[in-house]
Amino acid sequence: MPRRIIERPRGIEYLSILDEKGRVDKKLEPDIPEETLKAIHRLMVFARLFDERTLQLQRQGRIGTFAPIKGQEAAQVASVLRLREQDWFVPSFRETAAQIHRGLTPQDVWLFYAGYREGVRVPEHDLPLCVPVGSQCQHAVGIAYASKLKKRDEVTMVFHGDGATSEGDFHEAMNFAGVFHLPVVFVCQNNQWAISLPRERQTASKTIAQKAIAYGFGGIQVDGNDPLAVWVAAGEAVERARSESEPTLIECVTYRLAVHTTADDPKRYRSDEEVKEWEKKDPIPRFEKYLKAKGVMSDKDFAAVREEIREELKTAWKETEQVIRELEATRPDVIFDAIHAETPPELAEQRAYFLRRLEREGGRHA
Amino acid sequence: MPEITLIEGVNLALKEKMAENENVVVLGQDVGLDGGIFRATIGLIEEFGADRVIDTPLAEAGIIGMAVGMAMNGLIPIPEMQFSGFSYTAFHQIENHVARYHWRTRGQIPMPMVIRMPYGAGVRAFELHSESREAYWAHTPGLKVVIPSTPRKARALLRAAIEHPDPVVFYEPKAIYRAFRENVSDEPETMEIGKAEVVREGRHITMIAYGAMMPRTLEAARMLADEGIEAEVIDLMTVSPLDEETIIESVRRTGRALVVHEAPRSFGPAAEIIARLNDKIFFELEAPVARVTGYDMPPPFFAREQWFLPSPTRIADEARETLKL
Ligand SMILES: Cc1ncc(C[n+]2csc(CCOP(=O)(O)OP(=O)(O)O)c2C)c(N)n1
Ligand SMILES: [Mg+2]
Repeated sequence: MPRRIIERPRGIEYLSILDEKGRVDKKLEPDIPEETLKAIHRLMVFARLFDERTLQLQRQGRIGTFAPIKGQEAAQVASVLRLREQDWFVPSFRETAAQIHRGLTPQDVWLFYAGYREGVRVPEHDLPLCVPVGSQCQHAVGIAYASKLKKRDEVTMVFHGDGATSEGDFHEAMNFAGVFHLPVVFVCQNNQWAISLPRERQTASKTIAQKAIAYGFGGIQVDGNDPLAVWVAAGEAVERARSESEPTLIECVTYRLAVHTTADDPKRYRSDEEVKEWEKKDPIPRFEKYLKAKGVMSDKDFAAVREEIREELKTAWKETEQVIRELEATRPDVIFDAIHAETPPELAEQRAYFLRRLEREGGRHA
Repeated sequence: MPEITLIEGVNLALKEKMAENENVVVLGQDVGLDGGIFRATIGLIEEFGADRVIDTPLAEAGIIGMAVGMAMNGLIPIPEMQFSGFSYTAFHQIENHVARYHWRTRGQIPMPMVIRMPYGAGVRAFELHSESREAYWAHTPGLKVVIPSTPRKARALLRAAIEHPDPVVFYEPKAIYRAFRENVSDEPETMEIGKAEVVREGRHITMIAYGAMMPRTLEAARMLADEGIEAEVIDLMTVSPLDEETIIESVRRTGRALVVHEAPRSFGPAAEIIARLNDKIFFELEAPVARVTGYDMPPPFFAREQWFLPSPTRIADEARETLKL
């Protein structure tokens, strides 16, 4: 009869440990082994340089449309590094750095963006990048359900954007994860924009993290440009998944410093000032300040890492060009490969027709 | 009016209809400030305001579902699906509601709506940006499916679609959005939905195509003309309902026909056209009707997409084969 509050919803935590000036909160600072700190650093720098190189390749017409990740390195690197090999990694389409950590090579990524299905190589317990926004969230739920059913010690980490949280697919996945108590971690890369739509117009919720409450599990918002905060939040969420079989939603507050894709012109919808403000929050310089202050790495080390990565990328592109030449020389009826596990007769007939034409046209047309 | 591109034709029709009728609203992802990722809606928000040019959250089912409600309450919504490949989360709303409200309520709730979406391969896009699935929509009773092939037709057909009382899927051939320009009239021009056009006359064979396959089919017709083969070319413009009259009238004269589409072969629009020709004029055909189509596969990743798309050479070859019979 009375009018009362049923239950106080769980609050939403916000976590930031290393601020944009490189100052660290000593009470919250996680104890990360030096080797891991170096690994986080290397992967973030790798991602940045890879992005730059790939943009160049796109401008030179060597590859097609490409979705850069500049600015979002910390959010995906410090989270994915929390996974063990047997855990599952489910990306959206903007997790190149995380994909590379999980075993893709620059060559795989470049082949994909150059328009070859051969670029879709799938490391074990990974999914390939997913184009329809948000749809991968439900797959993560199914994977986690299977892990649980088979009593396997596996956690699934799924990435998605702020825009994705508007899709029904996202909400259905969150609901299922809550209902079935699944060992899954949703990592939202809230980079403030979904093409031209700003975060405030995507949802009237104050945070994205709070959406977890409605589905019966915890959410946390972290400074996504702070690798230490992401590391801590992801570690806790993975542990909760592992030991309690409960999902978590982590909202990483970050920023897409570059274009949505190379087909996009952000000048139409956002100001240079806004971008400049976020450039000050760049995750890489602040982490380097931290590493220096801690005595883990020096300027010389940073330069050496960059040099080494540049060399690696140079070699990788040379090799990729060679592979592209080989792919161009393969018989084009590879387009008929692996459409089904069992090829239907009409498709086999279409392939035969294609080959007859190809032969008649001397390999030039089909 | 200067010569415009196909995408500008779309834009022009939207501007004209929004100015003519205050009930017309445009909604979708990035249609406002950004002007649409292909710039189909550029300038609209400045002219008609953010209440009628609505940047929505990222949810196709939400966009179409909301458009259904808008249509029920006196508006004429024009939702945009950013790519046809992303229309499928809205499939349920289109199939179960957009296409059926008129039927369900015996006309008490009509569904005036135009669902615009770019389709087709050939723009070097990555996966799911190149599909041609007009057969889905053509297979759904209650929908009309319109596919323009030139700037002038884009403008005139989109105007017609917006004026049409039933829901129309307006499938836009993005491969030729900016491929060529065409003069359009200063006066608003409106074409008729359900009408095909003979765009080239000939007496030896009728070639039927639409959308992005039109330039390729016309190119094939020119190749054949060099050999003295006179191909008649029909631009369907409306895939559903088919303009049987125009098709049959032409094939009666030529006795031979070939249908071109980039959609997969099996269960595609060509199969329906062939069935109708067999039903109506089987004994007047000199040869089985041929079809030149995409293969039964998703469009290949773009490095090899041209191997998938019907080429003018392939279209001409198949026409020659038909003429041998
Ligand atoms: C279902 C679906 N609708 C539309 C698109 C086109 N699209 C690609 S990315 C994107 C915006 C995604 O925003 P967000 O989820 O925030 O990810 P971000 O691009 O910022 O990484 C849109 C609309 C798509 N790929 N899939
Ligand atoms: Mg985003």
